[in-house]
Amino acid sequence: MADLSIASANSPLYAGRRRRNAIAKGLALAATIFGLGWLVLILGILVYKGIGGLSLSVFTEMTPPPGAAGGLLNAIAGSLIMTILAVLIGTPIGILAGTYLAEYGRHEKLSSVVRFINDILLSAPSIVIGLFIYEIMVAPMGHFSGWAGAVALAVIVIPVVVRTTEDMLTLVPDTLREAAASIGLPRAHMIVRIAYRAAQAGIVTGILLAVARISGETAPLLFTALNNQFWSMNMNAPMPSLPVVIFQFALSPYEEWQKLAWTGALLITVTVLALSIVARSLTSARKSS
Amino acid sequence: MDSGERDVSEVVLKGSTVTATEAASRSAVLKRLRVTDKIFHGLTRTAALLVLALLSGVILSLVYGAAPALGTFGFGFLFDESWNPVTERFGALAPIYGTLITSAIAMLIAVPVGLLIAFFLTELCPPVLRRPIGIAIELLAGIPSIIYGIWGLFVFAPFMQQYVQPFFIDTFANVPLLSTLFAGPPYGIGMFTAGLILAIMVLPFVTSISRDVFDAVPPVLKEAAYGVGCTTWEVFRYVVLPFTRVGVIGGFMLGLGRALGETMAVTFVIGNAHHVSASLFAPGTTISASIANEFTEAVGDLYTSSLIALGLILFFITFVVLAIARYMLMRLQMRAG
Repeated sequence: MADLSIASANSPLYAGRRRRNAIAKGLALAATIFGLGWLVLILGILVYKGIGGLSLSVFTEMTPPPGAAGGLLNAIAGSLIMTILAVLIGTPIGILAGTYLAEYGRHEKLSSVVRFINDILLSAPSIVIGLFIYEIMVAPMGHFSGWAGAVALAVIVIPVVVRTTEDMLTLVPDTLREAAASIGLPRAHMIVRIAYRAAQAGIVTGILLAVARISGETAPLLFTALNNQFWSMNMNAPMPSLPVVIFQFALSPYEEWQKLAWTGALLITVTVLALSIVARSLTSARKSS
Repeated sequence: MDSGERDVSEVVLKGSTVTATEAASRSAVLKRLRVTDKIFHGLTRTAALLVLALLSGVILSLVYGAAPALGTFGFGFLFDESWNPVTERFGALAPIYGTLITSAIAMLIAVPVGLLIAFFLTELCPPVLRRPIGIAIELLAGIPSIIYGIWGLFVFAPFMQQYVQPFFIDTFANVPLLSTLFAGPPYGIGMFTAGLILAIMVLPFVTSISRDVFDAVPPVLKEAAYGVGCTTWEVFRYVVLPFTRVGVIGGFMLGLGRALGETMAVTFVIGNAHHVSASLFAPGTTISASIANEFTEAVGDLYTSSLIALGLILFFITFVVLAIARYMLMRLQMRAG
């Protein structure tokens, strides 16, 4: 019996299978190192190039004219305003639509259609969203505006929030709903007081992920909010934003502008990564508790 | 809201032991609850319908905007390589070609690498490292595309120009087909570089979806295969992969959808040249890059309309790809659930 197993273990067939197995394992390890390598490389170079330009003036001075030093204050402010407005517009709609999918219309035909369409919107090219807002807002109004930028970002927020709200509400156990119904609580009150509370952390995660997603979005802002060299809080005028300023400055031939672009890129990346890490830790804390 | 809250619990809990006046106020409260319930139901339904309206709005506005260009050029728009703002003659062939080629390069690299990483994460990786590595790969997906763009332009493209492209050009100079694909001069920017950057961007999508579907394979199946003496690779190749095929393809399609529509990363490194060239090293353009580069500078209705028509084509392609992806992932879910 022992002889037999040694003989088969050394047979060419078995050796070949083992070799193939070893090669596959080696390739898988190499692929993983390759994948992680890019992350390290991109973040490393970003920090290396961006940290040099990081100073107080970045946050206190306006974007400079070509060839001069300056900061990114107006771009940062524009980005903040449009992001906040987009979240204010997009989140309520997204939560309500997600509520419909998970609570009222869970088994309705309309829901499966909305779910499907929402998934398409979730991954639709963001530049197309920009064109859409250009057609319905910029062209009729006759000028680029901060409002158009905020609405374009809101259109990106909605599907993200719809998806996470629905997912999180379906995780809430039905016994909770039944308990509320059994003491006579109408559905709307059950949803607001019980289901929302149970799914709170998950829904907040969804909103944070949506913020992370839009804070780096450039394409939908290019021809909605456009850009602005100056301090502008007028929502009806073109508004600067960090990603668009990075785009413009990085492609310019001026060294000061390129340096600011790297600094801006570092700022955005740190923000986005911090947001997604916080979002992740919110849900994982909930899972383990 | 606060007083309403007290009302509800009082009314609900008191039940039937109530006086006439209490009963009257009770029915009033209950009526109010019914009304708010109806309103809330209506609100959520409206919001859900708004999602449908958004998609129809996108399609309608693109069709409306594209109508002048499509009316002028007809179906020939799809097959015309020329792009001349001066003579106002536009065709979509070069952007469509660039979009398809760069996405193909991206998928050719991202699919095998992504599958191997997912294989590593599900079958080989020590449990302690699984979560951190998974998160790190997903962080790669969270980096905004403009970061890939600026990185590609200042770091990756010069590297390609100095080392990678000359190497390819020299190596394949005398090989029949490859010498056309990798024909010089090495610009650094171009379709090949754009495809590689797209590959890095798509990789996390392919990886995380493949990992999720691999995790859904019932352990019994794998244990049975190990039980008859399969190696780890054989279990993966002959049990896990066939079982999850539909979901994995769905994941590829999702990645492809992202690669097709990706704008900023490509815009920086594609070179924005409306030419169809056989060499992968030549500058080209993609649909999204053309729109991003030219839209605000487009003068004349026909120019703008042609760019919107490009957007319509892009939306149509990604819609089909994403619909297939969702359909396949849904089929897998139905089988699992």
